[in-house]
Amino acid sequence: MPKDFGIGASSKRREDARFLTGNGRYTDDINIHGQAYVHFLRSEVAHGNLKSVNVDAAAASPGVIRVFTGADFAEVGGLPCGWQVTDRHGEPMKEPPHPVLAQGKVRHVGDPIAAVVAETAAEARDAAEAIEVEIEELPAVIDMQAALDGGPLVHDDLETNLCYDWGFVEENKEQVDAAISNAPHVTRLELTNNRLIPNAMEPRVAVGDYNPSNDESTLYTTSQNPHVIRLLMGAFVLSIPEHKLRVVAPDVGGGFGSKIFHYAEEAFCTFASRQLKRAVKWTASRSESFMSDAHGRDHRTVIELALDNDGKFLAIRTSTLANMGAYLSTFSTSVPTWLHGTLMAGNYTTPLVYVNVKAVFTNTVPVDAYRGAGRPEATFQLERVIDKAARELSLDPVELRRRNFIKPEQFPYATPVALEYDTGNYHATMDKLEEIAGLEGFAARAEMSRADGKLRGLGVNCYIEACGIAPSNLVGQLGARAGLYESATVRVNATGSVTVMTGCHSHGQSHETTFPQVVSEMLGIAEDQVHIQHGDTASTPMGMGTYGSRSIAVGGSAMLRATEKIIAKARKIAAHLMEASEEDIEFVDGVFKVAGTDKETAWGDVCLAAYVPHNYPLSELEPGLEETAFYDPANFTFPAGAYACEVEVDPETGKVDICSFAAADDFGNVINPMIVDGQVHGGIAQGVGQALLENAAYDSDGQLLTGSYMDYAMPRADDLPSFTVDHSCQTPCTHNPLGVKGCGEAGAIGSPPAVVNAVIDALARGGHQVDHIDMPLSPYRVWEAINA
Amino acid sequence: MYDFLVERPTSISQAVAALRDDDTQVIAGGQTLIPTMKNRLAGASKLVSVTKVKEMLVFVAEDGVLRIGASTQHDRVAQLQDSGEFPALGYLAANIGDPAVRNRGTIGGSLANNDPAACYPAAVLASNATIVTDSRSIAADDFFIGMFDTDLREDELIVEVRFPIPQRAAYVKFEQPASRFALVGVFVAQNAGRVRVAVTGASDGGVFRWHQAEEALSADFNPASVADLQVSAEGMIADIHGSARYRAHLVQTLTSRAVAAAS
Repeated sequence: MPKDFGIGASSKRREDARFLTGNGRYTDDINIHGQAYVHFLRSEVAHGNLKSVNVDAAAASPGVIRVFTGADFAEVGGLPCGWQVTDRHGEPMKEPPHPVLAQGKVRHVGDPIAAVVAETAAEARDAAEAIEVEIEELPAVIDMQAALDGGPLVHDDLETNLCYDWGFVEENKEQVDAAISNAPHVTRLELTNNRLIPNAMEPRVAVGDYNPSNDESTLYTTSQNPHVIRLLMGAFVLSIPEHKLRVVAPDVGGGFGSKIFHYAEEAFCTFASRQLKRAVKWTASRSESFMSDAHGRDHRTVIELALDNDGKFLAIRTSTLANMGAYLSTFSTSVPTWLHGTLMAGNYTTPLVYVNVKAVFTNTVPVDAYRGAGRPEATFQLERVIDKAARELSLDPVELRRRNFIKPEQFPYATPVALEYDTGNYHATMDKLEEIAGLEGFAARAEMSRADGKLRGLGVNCYIEACGIAPSNLVGQLGARAGLYESATVRVNATGSVTVMTGCHSHGQSHETTFPQVVSEMLGIAEDQVHIQHGDTASTPMGMGTYGSRSIAVGGSAMLRATEKIIAKARKIAAHLMEASEEDIEFVDGVFKVAGTDKETAWGDVCLAAYVPHNYPLSELEPGLEETAFYDPANFTFPAGAYACEVEVDPETGKVDICSFAAADDFGNVINPMIVDGQVHGGIAQGVGQALLENAAYDSDGQLLTGSYMDYAMPRADDLPSFTVDHSCQTPCTHNPLGVKGCGEAGAIGSPPAVVNAVIDALARGGHQVDHIDMPLSPYRVWEAINA
Repeated sequence: MYDFLVERPTSISQAVAALRDDDTQVIAGGQTLIPTMKNRLAGASKLVSVTKVKEMLVFVAEDGVLRIGASTQHDRVAQLQDSGEFPALGYLAANIGDPAVRNRGTIGGSLANNDPAACYPAAVLASNATIVTDSRSIAADDFFIGMFDTDLREDELIVEVRFPIPQRAAYVKFEQPASRFALVGVFVAQNAGRVRVAVTGASDGGVFRWHQAEEALSADFNPASVADLQVSAEGMIADIHGSARYRAHLVQTLTSRAVAAAS
């Protein structure tokens, strides 16, 4: 029976009313009295020595307040990298400086060289055209292999373009090599995980606002994690103590990872505002976003899967070149390593795994986490090589997967790549998938397509992800330079309504709807009596923000713990009011009762007593009803599922149409099924975008060939079918109090291999034996594969 | 975008006069010009908007000729889909851009710009239409010179386009995945027994006629007539969305499909 409210109810998104009526308050809606505007002059070449920057004419342009160059930041810190990776030989990664404005060299198209602050945005832009920049252009290095094979150095001082050479688990390498050498069958696949440009609907914006009266700086910014920005910018870049620095991330129109990171423009606006004692605002144009937001993915991989004669997986060896771009973005180094290598066991019992990753500097925009972050890259190669193995061994790809699944009774299951999966049931999600995708009817549908001159294909795959990042002590050992707990303050107001201040941040995840469902369930009050406040370091406890599908698992757990403290205190107050022993107090549906009697006190009366403590045990209990909890999880969570995609390929043009897409996910317990459906829909849309459409392409000179929507193809509604999604298979997380796992990234992780597997299957059914096509599977690439 | 003035004349004579000033530029809907200006890649101190010029708003079919004023928006032309007059042209217009583009962009603007991937040039060339300007008439075969290049003189205004309404016609567009402009578009039109085939999107030289297919289809208007024909890949556009060879292949495939659609 579906619920009407509380945990498990499909409550309507309360955010939608303001977003759909134009009443959202985004960073660009924030205007400070007397604010000035900044325009960044960005490099038009990918690599060059900065010989001179003459700003005299620009400084004299109408409306110009000041022009800044790299020289102004000589004494200012660079943008830090938040994750230290140690290489195979125990050496730390190479960590070049990342200045706010270019110093000495430009290293990618879009690298900021100078910044003009003027009275209006147009005047700033006009003046930037008057800046005379002399650049001695150097050969650019774009291809990762070329960068490693003696290509031009992106950072001369490093004497290499190799950031690190990471091996995992290094001690297993020889065993894995031996297992692969001796295996009856080895399937090998080379593939690219294509570079993506995040394209959040709202471009990045920053407003720096220095207040000379109290020496405080406020940064309004499009961020997924304002506390992290405050920590990084305050401590590492501008040396502003946290009590003098406030970061506000109001409504944010999508992030997908790209708004996790601390960017130069944020530091610039804060710095310039302090220098000029005026607010300074920057709003990215879409063109600017293409060359200044961190890109995603961009891995080149060779994977080998060893199998025995029964199709049992014996070992996996995988070797990846991971593009870092020109500088290390905030969490860039963790993505191809700990967020990728640890997932290579997938849903399977493969006993031996070895992962090698070489991270490479190139003259391209920095690359960092993008929806899924490392886990899509792991899933894609694993689920593609399994499909190829099935084809080589003439085994049904679903059957091959089933043979190797970790069985339900094997949980908790320790993988050979450091993770311990607490719970899961991969057979159940596959069973569910076969049901909802109607796989038994595929042959008949394929026949109909054939009659229509089309090739129909079916792609099935599984995925697992590690979410709810994570135990702080563990990630600290792995190199994270931050804790990864989450926080919540639950403030009960005098008349019984509740304000929750969370360290998470909602930029599309619907926290304002789902978080109150949990509190409502626990306190027995209406959902609309609960308000969620987030995004302001001045009013929320220190938290690590939202990414990695962590909000409900970690932030929700913190909120639950704080609410438990509220209930514990409220029981004491209720006991006092009813002159009963605390042990006899029952709290049911928002009413405190004395067990075995008809005495009761309403929630509101207890709250009022806490703030108007006339009749109150003041000697034993503080007044007020407000509690804070910090929650540090014991483990990651492990959402998993099985996806199926059916495509039709037009063999004459190579065009791929997605006929149907089904997803059977295990997210553990679900707070709001409708919102979970929406998260999966969005994830699949992005995954299909990666598989069929999206690609950030550079030419050999480092010019972005896909610098606008004219050439960068985003998925649109008519590219997609109506999805069939199901999350009724639920193995609740065993270590967080809500039993939840997280759902934000699943669709983007699980869908690309399903699409590619389906296209390869379609071609095979049409007599075209094609091992692999690199994403995106554009009509051109598919046609080329058919006509190779 | 740099600052500029806008004039909105209501007659051809006013428009021509307004364009005599230095550093002026016609704006005919602005669906290419405005984004280019926003990126500061184009600009003029004065824009002369021709969307209110009454002579440029004619829309009438008479004596087998469809006269479409140059300032007619795509959305108006799209309504031909449901009329008996020239549904293939309506279909073409209905698939340009999105509703916002179709409500602003004009046929005259598209033709004067002559983007190598635009749709209208294929219809004009295949239909053997006539471009009427403020000073002369230009046959379609003489109008399109090359990529972004036409026979128009500086400040010469297209007033209307006269399409002989074909006996049968069809347009097939294969979309470039990002822009949804034509990666290749083929317009096939049959009139008085003669068939013309115009191809957009494919060639470095802009829209062109595929004469070999025209001969074959004039003899027998049937998809099979072009099954064994091939276009040379030489001179075809090659970019990240398709090689020259792929585009040449699509010309043949789409021509065949257009003939099937028109049959």
